[in-house]
Amino acid sequence: MTGTVTSSSNVAANQSTAKPTLLSIRNVAKTFGRNVVLRNISLEIAEGEFLTILGESGSGKTTLLRIIAGFESATSGELWMGPERLDQQPPYRRRVNTVFQHYALFPHLTVEQNVAYGLRVAKRPEAEVAQRVADALDKVKMTAFAKSKPSKISGGQQQRVALARALVNRPRLLLLDEPLSALDANLRRQMQVELKSLQREVGIAFVFVTHDQEEAMVMSDRIALLRSGELEQVATPREIYSQPDTAYVAQFIGHTNLLKGSIRSGVAQCGSLSWSSSLPDSLPEGPALFSLRPEHIRLAVGGVAPGFVRVRGRIIHQAFHGATELIRVACADGLVLVVRTASGSALKNDSEVELDFSADDAVPVRESPERI
Amino acid sequence: MFSRAYKTIVTVPPLLWVAVFLLIPYLLMFCYSFWSVTLAQIIVHSWNFENYRELLQKPVYWQTLLRSMWIAARVTLFSLMLGYPLAYFLSFYAGKRKDLLYQLVIIPLWVSYLVRAYAWKTILGSEGVLNTLLQYVHLTSHPLDFFLYSPFAVVLTLTHIYTPFTFLPIYAALEHIPRNLVEASQDLGATSPQTFWKVIFPLSLPGVLAGATFAFVLSLGDFLAPLLLGGPSGIMISNIVVSLFGAAYNWPLGAAISLCMLVLVVSLLFLSERLEKKWSFS
Repeated sequence: MTGTVTSSSNVAANQSTAKPTLLSIRNVAKTFGRNVVLRNISLEIAEGEFLTILGESGSGKTTLLRIIAGFESATSGELWMGPERLDQQPPYRRRVNTVFQHYALFPHLTVEQNVAYGLRVAKRPEAEVAQRVADALDKVKMTAFAKSKPSKISGGQQQRVALARALVNRPRLLLLDEPLSALDANLRRQMQVELKSLQREVGIAFVFVTHDQEEAMVMSDRIALLRSGELEQVATPREIYSQPDTAYVAQFIGHTNLLKGSIRSGVAQCGSLSWSSSLPDSLPEGPALFSLRPEHIRLAVGGVAPGFVRVRGRIIHQAFHGATELIRVACADGLVLVVRTASGSALKNDSEVELDFSADDAVPVRESPERI
Repeated sequence: MFSRAYKTIVTVPPLLWVAVFLLIPYLLMFCYSFWSVTLAQIIVHSWNFENYRELLQKPVYWQTLLRSMWIAARVTLFSLMLGYPLAYFLSFYAGKRKDLLYQLVIIPLWVSYLVRAYAWKTILGSEGVLNTLLQYVHLTSHPLDFFLYSPFAVVLTLTHIYTPFTFLPIYAALEHIPRNLVEASQDLGATSPQTFWKVIFPLSLPGVLAGATFAFVLSLGDFLAPLLLGGPSGIMISNIVVSLFGAAYNWPLGAAISLCMLVLVVSLLFLSERLEKKWSFS
């Protein structure tokens, strides 16, 4: 957390070279009584990767994390770490450490004793314990609070101690269960950056659970989006944003316009709009759904460029977002489009506008099946 | 928020109660302990330290006090040894049966103290359940008489009676330990015994202390169990107080002993509260 930012070329290399798999989750399912929480989860986590499990509350993300940590056992399926079957080991044998949602620091121990806990139960020599604890506290900038009790330090500081307490054991995988959710917005953004650079520095794979899509986008190498106990899509933040697989993914990550229509003989038809270019060949004929991001729609200037679609409408609502504004435009056939424009444009409610979007930016997505 | 009249109506009765039934009797006791009694058994209101001198000079008093403390200490130890594992099991492992088991622990508190003391008399006596059983299985040919009327019987009975009092605060303390601390401990590589000794036990200490204080203070002042089951060797300090206020008709000396006991118990409570505050981490 010393602010060292690994050079961008290095990061790019991280993502392009395939790293060896660290943890392999194979067909994991979990039911509590008659309640199905996870079904058929298969996921590979690479060495040194920052993977975020993103989902709404009740999507099963914490349960998945608890299965990896060993606090819950999967109803079926396996966990493999290298040649070892992880799911058959008790939590205290797994080389996996957790940063808990409310940090779970031991209230009767000082910061230093908390961090030393894992090393002491492993009966490491005291000299080594002292050295490693000092290093870990230094890394999270908490040396000054070594002798304090957890109740005497702030939430952000407790967060750092929890991190140090986990990392000092040099786990192969660090699990983080919504660790930033208890912090206020500013501190949270700061911790996101710190956490990410710390992760690069130590090179340990992180599995980070959150319900905050922005947090997931900022921090992750890959995002695994969980919905009602099933993986909806696993991809890099850029990919998941620009190429969402399903309508749910498109809506959960960022704003989007979902256009409902159909494809007939290679032409997409949504109400009065139609376009033909750049539809993947694999797309079947029949009903179809397209995701169109608000920033991909622009106010029309001049004639319609090739490959663009023009639509006319009336502004019904404007919302100021700082650098940009989101305006809602009512078009023909009851279609309402959300458009992101730069702030400061002199648009008024009820004024008529013409909009353009590139047909390439209308990304075909699958309808998300209903799940109980 | 509340009117003045309302506040007065609510606070006056308890204040009156404390004054009439606590402060005034203690004050009277304090006065009595400095008075004396003549041979003709008339209480003389002449202020002196005779009673306290007698307490220090006659070994029977402080020896009985020491024996009472020794009995109370054993009761405390045994109640903790019974109460802690029970509370630990209930809090961490009882699962769905938790509430039922909890009620079962509490139920004996509904039974009169006397009934429970008499029950032990029935069990330990020479014609009692225990002796009948021992003779039936031919472990002994004639009834053993050392069960009843001994410090052993007193310790046994008081342990039975005060175990729920140690169980309750320990159980409450264990229930208050956030379960994610236990998970954090496992996560950091601690085995179950390590987790118990390094996390659960230290965090339950305030409850242990409260339970120990209950057991010690309550059994130190007990007079029924020694009266019913103690015999001459199981006499406790409260029995002496009772007889001084009764048959011996020496209220001043009885008051002096009571005052000493009061000071002892109050200092214990004070100490225990200080420690409890020091050990609690909420």
